[in-house]
Amino acid sequence: MSLEWPILSVVIWLPVLGGLLLLISGERAARPIALLTSIATFVLSIPLFTSFDSKTASMQFVEKMPWISQFNINYHLGIDGISMPLIILTSFTTVLVVLASWESIKTRVAQYMAAFLIMEGLMIGVFSALDAVLFYVFWEAMLIPMFLIIGIWGGPRRVYATIKFFLYTFLGSVFMLVALIYMYFKSGGSFSILDFHALSLTLEQQIYIFIAFLMAFAVKVPMWPVHTWLPDAHVEAPTGGSVILAAIMLKIGGYGFLRFSLPITPDASNELSWLIIFMSLVAVVYIGFVALVQSDMKKLIAYSSIAHMGFVTLGFFIVFDIFDKTGSWENAALGVEGGIVQMVSHGFISGAMFLCVGVLYDRMHSRNIHDYGGVANKMPIFAALMVFFAMSNAGLPGTSGFVGEFMVIIGSFQANFWYAFFAATTLILGAAYTLWMVKRMLYGEVTNENVEALQDLNGREFVILGILAVAVLILGLWPAPLVEVMHASVANLLQHVSAGKL
Amino acid sequence: MNMENIYLAIPLAPLAGAILAGLFGAKIGRAASHWVTILGVATAFVLSLIVVKHIVIDGAETYNETVYIWMISQGIQFEVGFLVDKLTSVMLIVVTFVSLMVHIYTIGYMKDDPGYQRFFSYIALFTFSMLMLVMSNNFLQLFFGWEAVGLVSYLLIGFWFKRESAIHANLKAFLVNRVGDFGFLLGIAAIVYFTGAMDYKTVFGQAESIASQNIEIFAGVPWSAITVVSILLFIGAMGKSAQVPLHVWLPDSMEGPTPISALIHAATMVTAGIFMVARMSPLFELSETALTFVITIGAITALFMGLLGLVQNDIKRVIAYSTLSQLGYMTVALGASAYSAAIFHLMTHAFFKALLFLAAGSVIIAMHHVQDIRQMGGLRKYMPITYWTSLIGSLALIGFPGFSGFFSKDAIIEAVAHSTIPGAGFAYFAVLSGVFVTALYTFRLFFLTFHGKERMDEHTREHLHETSAVVTLPLILLAIPSAVIGWYTIGPMLFGDYFGASIFVLPEHNVLAAVGEEWHGSFAMIKHGIFQPPFILAILGLVTAWYLYLKRPDLAESIKQKSGVLYTMLVEKYGFDRFNEIVFAGGARGLGNLFWRNGDVRLIDGMLVNGSAKTVGWISGIIRHVQSGYLYHYAFAMILGLLGLLSWVIYTS
Repeated sequence: MSLEWPILSVVIWLPVLGGLLLLISGERAARPIALLTSIATFVLSIPLFTSFDSKTASMQFVEKMPWISQFNINYHLGIDGISMPLIILTSFTTVLVVLASWESIKTRVAQYMAAFLIMEGLMIGVFSALDAVLFYVFWEAMLIPMFLIIGIWGGPRRVYATIKFFLYTFLGSVFMLVALIYMYFKSGGSFSILDFHALSLTLEQQIYIFIAFLMAFAVKVPMWPVHTWLPDAHVEAPTGGSVILAAIMLKIGGYGFLRFSLPITPDASNELSWLIIFMSLVAVVYIGFVALVQSDMKKLIAYSSIAHMGFVTLGFFIVFDIFDKTGSWENAALGVEGGIVQMVSHGFISGAMFLCVGVLYDRMHSRNIHDYGGVANKMPIFAALMVFFAMSNAGLPGTSGFVGEFMVIIGSFQANFWYAFFAATTLILGAAYTLWMVKRMLYGEVTNENVEALQDLNGREFVILGILAVAVLILGLWPAPLVEVMHASVANLLQHVSAGKL
Repeated sequence: MNMENIYLAIPLAPLAGAILAGLFGAKIGRAASHWVTILGVATAFVLSLIVVKHIVIDGAETYNETVYIWMISQGIQFEVGFLVDKLTSVMLIVVTFVSLMVHIYTIGYMKDDPGYQRFFSYIALFTFSMLMLVMSNNFLQLFFGWEAVGLVSYLLIGFWFKRESAIHANLKAFLVNRVGDFGFLLGIAAIVYFTGAMDYKTVFGQAESIASQNIEIFAGVPWSAITVVSILLFIGAMGKSAQVPLHVWLPDSMEGPTPISALIHAATMVTAGIFMVARMSPLFELSETALTFVITIGAITALFMGLLGLVQNDIKRVIAYSTLSQLGYMTVALGASAYSAAIFHLMTHAFFKALLFLAAGSVIIAMHHVQDIRQMGGLRKYMPITYWTSLIGSLALIGFPGFSGFFSKDAIIEAVAHSTIPGAGFAYFAVLSGVFVTALYTFRLFFLTFHGKERMDEHTREHLHETSAVVTLPLILLAIPSAVIGWYTIGPMLFGDYFGASIFVLPEHNVLAAVGEEWHGSFAMIKHGIFQPPFILAILGLVTAWYLYLKRPDLAESIKQKSGVLYTMLVEKYGFDRFNEIVFAGGARGLGNLFWRNGDVRLIDGMLVNGSAKTVGWISGIIRHVQSGYLYHYAFAMILGLLGLLSWVIYTS
């Protein structure tokens, strides 16, 4: 924290500026500028981790200055152990996305890259905003580049998908805005999120606010039954769009529960935790079965994402049952920390899975599983990597996919045997839908001449997938560094939530 | 070199070999790939010998230390750590020795395979995973090793990934194992719930306290916590060690190359479940219900899977069903609280079953990959080494007095006879009649392969010859322990205090102590054994096999014809596969389609999402008529509005 310069502002605005620069620089220099900007942002975000003080739960790297002083709206940034890993994940993933789009995007490259860079800055803004209006501005602004990415560079049904995506998410967030303004008046004129945490609210007020937040975050995560925009958006989005969508955007919903719902409305969360747990378990089981029968690879992975995100919300909301059973907030950390680990891990794995699909799509222009078969004969290196990512998607120990699910399952057993029981079905379902896809696509004899003509990974693709494989492996073999940074913040959150506001 | 580094080097040496052969196999070439992996496994084997000297002969203290902390959450330490005691030592020797033999053998078996380096990389990786599993001192690492061996098994069953049958089998194996792991993971979660710890020492220390608690899985129905924990853990063992009804994957796993059938699907991985239950003896001992469950499942597997071996014609599948049956014997021993007998049988079985598989592989090489025993016969004179080593393996398997299997199998049968656990009576019947069945299918296979008429085609016959030294050397090296190891080790392992504190048995369950009172040395056991029912049954089975398949082959055929339904039932494997295919595989796909088409597509998207969009469209379609674009419409509306406003103002004021 001895750093003098406003590091959060830098990692928010550097990519945005880089994006604006791209818009005027033209096509030719677009790729190198985008790559350099994203790498610089990633490098600059590393001090957030290395200089992070994991002993305190208070906000770090804080920046605060008035923005619209009439309404007491501030440009207020800061991070804790919950948001910091997500910011690093964002800057890390953006580098890979820029690299991944190097050749597959042929038209309007500069604008495409610009959209990603601007989106990166806005997403980091969402994770670091401590002022509700600032948060809301970033939250909504972030939709625009994604809307354009799907709408312009997307597949044949991109218009349907973008409108569905936009309306779904927008509908949710309008309610959140109302809740934020309501709390502004309740708090006597503050938009500070930390003030909202301390704001005294009756159970009834909390329930309304909780539901408003739920509409916004549940759509984002997405939770069953408001998940149907995701498969469509993924199917139509270009590879890079899918990667960012799955790896980062979905996490914003999960983050919202931790930053808003739980601390602002702890008693309503307690009251309605059964609902969230139910929705999460439906996501694991029901969506698991739905994923099984998909014939479009991207849809399958999209459904798999929904099922995996079910673990995130499950981990967050089992805490109340554990409070009741053990009477202590200290026994509930496993689920919440597991949920956060799951978010980071899912960022790597779903990103990698969509990149794998992208590699094949660039060559075959088909997402249909039936068009493949025997790919391993022609692309052995790719097949090895894809099997690795499939295994981590199925939660194999030693990969990051295991860590979060393991923590949440063990945590949920403390709350209720049946939570753990239904959550653990992912062991079977996750393996079934992922490996069945692998079997049909990669294994067997070469099925047609298109597969026969496939070329294995080029150097660039290998580097991207290789980096992700290493990340998945490191997090799976040694999650301690990630888990340690969140201890203090999670403990603080749990203490606050268990105390309640009534 | 201090012991700590040795313990670390044992798993890491094969891992280094696996990484080198796996990532750089194409660069370093075939020979270098087999050398690095063999070197890695050989190092592990030599170091394991040092460990045995240190722990067993020098009687050093049990080693129980953390290697590194994986993470800490909620105050629970999740770590990677080693527990090296006498139980681990046995497993180390078995795993590294069999693995080393299989590595050498593979040079010959996979000679012409394009995936040579990949294969070596996989089997070395397997060795690493299995060693991590047996050396673990906590549940996390146990689960790591557990799933990692499952992964390698998946990769190796599907090694020839162009074959539809192979990639069907490996998916099936992985999923069935995951069903077991489902229970296993819940068991681990239950342990954390009751003890707040992951390491064996703490958990076992609290076993009594778990036993004093109840858990209400169904409200108002308290179940004993230790029973729930033990049964959940055992479900994991049922998957890995292929116990009925989770056995269905093992016969299909024979689609993998023969060396891994020996290493993974006979000697080591499938015994992980047996090892795990033995390791968890402080928990299982406290629940008679769980032990009854264990012994019953084991007994069913031991007898009924053996029967299936009688009707198989694929040389590897006969041995696979034999493996199922023998795993059933081990499970029965566990259920009878004769944990050391289970581990003892695990050890002898590892040697003689690996031998039988590798010998079968040798036959398969000679027969140019024909595996149907109906096309074999008379191989004795072409393949003398394979013949004699197979004979040793077969005699060990049927428990012929003096051979290793005799000691371990008789010990199990005796132990079950002394057991008072509910279910022991049925188990005794199963393991005893299983002896006859074992002898029958073993020698049916042996006679049909090596004796009698030469039924292969002319071309194959001309090329028949003994396999090369890299293949026969492992056979000989495995034949030696298969023959003699029982004689030397039964005393200390079963009746001495070999396992010490590694295995915990309640005094009232201690059947081996009862058996031990009547035990007066290996030689006396052989002498005594000759007059006992197991031996008589084994000889009866052997003679029946000889009579039916060599003397009167026509009789075997007519029995087959006459036994109708019974025969069909055996050929259909009691219908497990068909049932799973229809109910579970078909059911899951059906459910998926139902949920997707009705839930997502029709209900949520069709009615709610697009439905509301359509409603909005419909309403705006009506309202749109208001904006007609005609000036006089708007003027009229303005006048109406003005009128309304005026009348409201007047009315209210």
